[in-house]
Amino acid sequence: MTVPPADLADLPLEVGSHTFESRLFLGTGKYPSMESMQRALEVSGTQCVTVAVRRMEIGAPEGKTLLDFLDRDRYQLLPNTAGCFDADHAVRTAMLGRELGISEMVKLEVLGDKQTLLPDPVGTLEAARILVDEGFTVLCYTSDDPILAQRLEDAGVAAVMPAGAPIGSGQGILNPNNIRIILERARVPVIVDAGVGTASDVALAFELGAHGVLLNTGVALAREPVRMARAMKAAAEAGRDAFLAGRIPRRLYASASSPTQGVISVPGE
Amino acid sequence: MADSAAQPPAGAPMTVTLNGDPHELPGPMTVAALVVHLGLEGKPVAVERNRELVTKARFSEVSVEPGDELEIVTFFGGG
Repeated sequence: MTVPPADLADLPLEVGSHTFESRLFLGTGKYPSMESMQRALEVSGTQCVTVAVRRMEIGAPEGKTLLDFLDRDRYQLLPNTAGCFDADHAVRTAMLGRELGISEMVKLEVLGDKQTLLPDPVGTLEAARILVDEGFTVLCYTSDDPILAQRLEDAGVAAVMPAGAPIGSGQGILNPNNIRIILERARVPVIVDAGVGTASDVALAFELGAHGVLLNTGVALAREPVRMARAMKAAAEAGRDAFLAGRIPRRLYASASSPTQGVISVPGE
Repeated sequence: MADSAAQPPAGAPMTVTLNGDPHELPGPMTVAALVVHLGLEGKPVAVERNRELVTKARFSEVSVEPGDELEIVTFFGGG
């Protein structure tokens, strides 16, 4: 990771008791191969990767598993509750993930239906309250609804993770205004999670003021996942710097960039 | 809970549900013994018995009984 000069350095991202220099979080699903996943994660500069909790294949042939390809010294594992459609199921999955991951972090997802994979707001809030009570550091996948984000924050989640668009849809940030409202009111980190399609989506999220971005499909199913991981890293840094730098306002009319005084004479003047 | 008269004799094979499928075990055993029996010793696994997490610290204390519903999980790639 290139280190910026001291006066241009950013603060690290703090989520609960965890600190991350990289504001990009990556998923580990859907890659064409473990090797490609490994290289993409490396190139992205991420320090935190999501993993799913699933049934072990009993009696399957010996072989390398996901954990053999993830350097635990390099990556904080973030178990998710993907595939859970009610609070009880999500809580049970989180408990198993905590036991496996030897970490109290969890990416909480309670989904509403299989086609949209949109979060079930009621189940999400219910599970969030239970898991916070159980001592988890909850990073909570939610919609871009500012009121729900507020309720989740009140429930004690460590980060609110509004979707830019449906999971894996690649549509980018569909409602930047709602994301901005969430950001304005949030007192915990806001990590845009889901729907990221390409580098400009990541840059936009950071330009809006997002504290982090979590993505999986945008890299894993790109034609060249490793190259896209590199693009996402650059986009995250570009968007974050642009946000910190303070952009110019949008104007209707022009504002000259060169002096208007001292222009040489025009014949007949 | 079945009374002792209905329990199979100690050491007799018994059936449990393992990861959603019926699975026959040679006899009663602890969760620790089950993990070894399944060839999972040393692998990163978490175990749920009848919808309750069994922590690693308790693997040798908790017994698997006939009719138990067991989930044995690990990490897979995901977003």
